[in-house]
Amino acid sequence: MALPRKESSPIFADAAAGTLRLIGYLALACVLMVLDHRNGWLYRARYVASAAIEPVYRIAAWPAQTAQNLAVAFTERAGLIADNNRLRETLLLAQARLNRMGAVAEQNARLKQLLDTRRMLGMDVQLARLIDVDLGAARNRAMLDVGAADGVHVGQVVIDAHGVMGQIVETLPHTSIALLVTDPNHAVPVVDERSGLRGIAHGSGAPDRLLVSDIPLSADVKPGDHISTSGLGGRFPAGFPVGTITAISPDPSGLFAQAIAQPAAALARSGEVLLLRDQPEPVGPPGPAPPVGPPDSLANSPPADVSVQRPHPSPPRHTDEGDKSAVTHR
Amino acid sequence: MNRQRTQTWIFAGSLALSLLLMLMPLPQTLAPFKPYWPALVLIYWVLEAPERTSIGLAFAVGLGADLLDGALLGEQALRLAALTFIVLRFRSRLRFFPMWQQALAVLVLLLNDRILLLLVRLFAGDARPPATFWLSPLIGMLAWPFVFLLIDDVRARLRAKEA
Repeated sequence: MALPRKESSPIFADAAAGTLRLIGYLALACVLMVLDHRNGWLYRARYVASAAIEPVYRIAAWPAQTAQNLAVAFTERAGLIADNNRLRETLLLAQARLNRMGAVAEQNARLKQLLDTRRMLGMDVQLARLIDVDLGAARNRAMLDVGAADGVHVGQVVIDAHGVMGQIVETLPHTSIALLVTDPNHAVPVVDERSGLRGIAHGSGAPDRLLVSDIPLSADVKPGDHISTSGLGGRFPAGFPVGTITAISPDPSGLFAQAIAQPAAALARSGEVLLLRDQPEPVGPPGPAPPVGPPDSLANSPPADVSVQRPHPSPPRHTDEGDKSAVTHR
Repeated sequence: MNRQRTQTWIFAGSLALSLLLMLMPLPQTLAPFKPYWPALVLIYWVLEAPERTSIGLAFAVGLGADLLDGALLGEQALRLAALTFIVLRFRSRLRFFPMWQQALAVLVLLLNDRILLLLVRLFAGDARPPATFWLSPLIGMLAWPFVFLLIDDVRARLRAKEA
């Protein structure tokens, strides 16, 4: 092909002129580089020219973008389904983990509450976990994960953060069985915190009902009253919440009233419980009753009750009460 | 005159396309294999149409590439100017090489270009590049026949159409 040649043939191009030009350009490039390195010219130039440069980048990126879009568009249906399934599985797993975290947080809160109870009590207690709860009509029992090997023995009181749960009736080497307050065979001596009236709360068999029977018809008991352990009998220390009176009605004989109470302990919910360690075995009657309820002068109870609330150093009465409050089936 | 204009369009278009290819993002694993497209296209034009090219043009293209690339102003200008000078110097010999020798020559040119780049980088205070830095010239050599034939073919077809 015929090339229009202005100069001499390139075979014999004047090397000197070309070299000079090259040196000139190289020097210019070097100067530019140094200046740019020092002053950041390039950055400024790019900033000014950005309106022109940015579209170029867009154009340069266009093929890759298109390829990606096409890949997404043409991904096989099976692949999408597999992807979807995998994602769903992952989501499920994450959800389960999240739920477990929630359960752990709840447990943490419960344990904290129990710890608070323990500190408040200033008593020696042992933490136990419920393994199994049997809330049938005939038996209300719970199995705990501590046993004789852990120092548990029959008669220990079981409480949770809200109130009295029951007492240990059977120990195995590593588990023990607690009779719950709502067991028909269980009774606990209680006192009405408002009026100071004493009574005995029997279990009803239903996990949400306690029966306080043999209340004098004239006694001052109202729905909403809180009942707590009276400490009589020596088995349950005084002052633990037992329940709240929900209803009062005459008993079948018509001579006494009986009250229905809602247990304070979360019998159906608790996961961790506390076992009270040995109380010093009371040799005589229990110590002075805690100052609950109104003063004696205001109490609307028979004189006999008033006298009982005061410390009374007569052993026979204690044994009498003890018989009544003890677990009746044993 | 029309023919001349078409050729100019091909010339400018191929250079612009080479700059775009240089900028085109590639996956991280493929990035080291990207040949230095502007150099390949410039070599072609210097070999085939020296009346259009000059060291000055290479310098200008390099400046444009620097502006787009944003590394260091003057870096690619320097490299392309040096490259063009060498090709212009040996043009008459290179033109009549068989393709495989031409490809080898391109490899040497691109290696030289890499060495220049390395020098500039080291002077600018950069760390030494990884071994994959030297892969690009090899790919450039492999790509050379295709670049050459592609542009040649386009030119020939357009020329035939106008004739």
